[in-house]
Amino acid sequence: MLETLELLGNGFLIVFEPLNLALIIGGCALGLFIGAMPGLGSVNGVAILLPLTFLVPPAGAIIFLAAIYYGAMYGGAISSIMLGIPGASTAVATTFDGRPMAKLGLADKALTGAAVASFVGGTISVVLFTFFAPPLAHIALVFGSPEEFALMMLAFATFVGLGGDDLFKTIFSIAIGLVLSAIGFDIISGEPRLVLWDITGFMHGINFLVLAIGIYGIGEMLWTVEENALGGGKSMLSEATVTVARTFANLRELVSSWKTMVMGSVLGYFVGILPAAGATPGSLMSYGIAKQMSKDPDSFGKGNLEGVVAPEAANNAASTGSMLPMLTLGIPGSPTTAILLGGMVIWGLEPGPRLFVDHSEFVWGLIASLYAANLFALIINIAFIPVFIQILKTPFTILAPIIFILCLIGGYAPTQDMHDVWLMIVFGIVGYLMRKLDYPLAPAVLAIVLGPLAEPALRQSLIISNGSFGIFFSRTYAGPIMIAALLLLFLPLFKMGYDKICNRKS
Amino acid sequence: MTVRTAELLMAITMAAFSIYLMVKSYELPIGWVQDEGPGGGAWPFWLSAILLISCLGILVNWLRKHGPIASSTKVYIEAHVLMEVLAVAIALIVTVGLFSFIGIYGALPLFLIFYLRFLGKHTWRLTATLAVLIPVVIFYFFEITLKIILPKGLTEPLFIPLYKIFF
Repeated sequence: MLETLELLGNGFLIVFEPLNLALIIGGCALGLFIGAMPGLGSVNGVAILLPLTFLVPPAGAIIFLAAIYYGAMYGGAISSIMLGIPGASTAVATTFDGRPMAKLGLADKALTGAAVASFVGGTISVVLFTFFAPPLAHIALVFGSPEEFALMMLAFATFVGLGGDDLFKTIFSIAIGLVLSAIGFDIISGEPRLVLWDITGFMHGINFLVLAIGIYGIGEMLWTVEENALGGGKSMLSEATVTVARTFANLRELVSSWKTMVMGSVLGYFVGILPAAGATPGSLMSYGIAKQMSKDPDSFGKGNLEGVVAPEAANNAASTGSMLPMLTLGIPGSPTTAILLGGMVIWGLEPGPRLFVDHSEFVWGLIASLYAANLFALIINIAFIPVFIQILKTPFTILAPIIFILCLIGGYAPTQDMHDVWLMIVFGIVGYLMRKLDYPLAPAVLAIVLGPLAEPALRQSLIISNGSFGIFFSRTYAGPIMIAALLLLFLPLFKMGYDKICNRKS
Repeated sequence: MTVRTAELLMAITMAAFSIYLMVKSYELPIGWVQDEGPGGGAWPFWLSAILLISCLGILVNWLRKHGPIASSTKVYIEAHVLMEVLAVAIALIVTVGLFSFIGIYGALPLFLIFYLRFLGKHTWRLTATLAVLIPVVIFYFFEITLKIILPKGLTEPLFIPLYKIFF
């Protein structure tokens, strides 16, 4: 406990270095902007901007990206409230009451509520994180290859068991991500492998950023082009009156919502830890519970402040929650943290429990930066509400070409090979076509990041056991994890069987 | 084309691709190699097999008309949407194609002019400002600050004096 506080103190010293402080403030502002743009969320921002961070040292880079992640979580609420369009999928639940409030002329109240709830959610979850992470990392220190592989199986199994998407399409998405990550060289024998159509560009493998920017940059933008074409590109921006006096009055009124905020924060944090769940379901669940807990559930959906506060606290808490498995176990809890994890590999940091021992400064610098990022995001958000409302007036046709250009350069920068830019465009177009058919794409991004870690873990385990898969079930930690993974994998089958029996009875 | 037809075409294409991946993985040993453990082809081979099975699963669901996508008779992409998406997609492909010839600083202004003026219907003044400003910012940020040299194609010689100034 004391040791944790001391390490956290050291982390704050890193955060208050001028460069890092500037990166946090810049990241928060940029994240707020990205989050506020309809259609773009934290995952798009982090994927498109990761190549820009090659300039600064790894600690600074991840602090910057984490600040964008946080800022985007705050920013998502802005377009949910002002336009009625979720700024990111994580802010869907915020539209339910945020939009009616804006129509009643209470937009400023909803925006302030969202910002404060985000702050409470972020802070409570970072405190939980600070005290959960070190013991978990400590347990995980004894993990060997079999445990690592079992954990990755568990991460993928959560998508199959809890993801709620089509069963075969989820499995497809996971498998395609893993196969794409196997392209290049066989790491053990050193032979070229899966050089598709013998194109030499595939010899250096597929960088995860090429897939991530393809899907979350190009694909997402094509999707938005379609949405705009369908909606005629017109949306109604609500009016908001923002004065200092009103802001203080709004802040005072929020005190009575503290219970909802705490509930949303704790719920969001624990939902966020699961790879397949995360911020979107977390905020929806939080909204549902707040409605049930309320004395006046009928007012929900008509402009109840609690309905804005609950999901916003939860989605910020979930984004911190998703960092817990990423930092302690090396298993990302969300697509955004999957991209951060891929970034860590590029920067030469091996993810997993050793990180807390070998790169303790890096880990605690990041954790401390989350506290700071929350504070700055709150201040920037409340102080610049009118500016963000102005930003929403920027036409999509100005923003779109700039984002496309950033994607093209982002795809080129990591390997400086035109082959990767072409590949990224292919992924973007195919990803867009697949998304229209309800293929879930987040598992593929998670898989392409974890693939290069999963294969050696599996092969080393099998070498230890001389080819027997029993090794995954006979070890103290690997056994229960693997069994949990298998149960989750077969959960959809159990459900199908159960439904059939029920149907027969009726 | 309906969503249902698109679903079938996508599943067949992906099934074919997974068979190709299985064949390609077979170039390396997929069984147990003495003293080395599983061969280099084993991991991608069995994953591609799972890929094929999942495609077959999607096809079976298609035949049973199971789920909202497999039973949907809606149009996959509406004609006027297709025009807009195609315009953007083709503009991107042409832009990337031009990188190798007239370089990124020749291609990006053209892309911006096309997007802002012809798709966005913005004024010539705004279009021209952004078409000049954005490439300049990119040059400063990527080439000078990050030292990432972007493709210039035939325009490479024009940049030599600039390199001399900055490096």
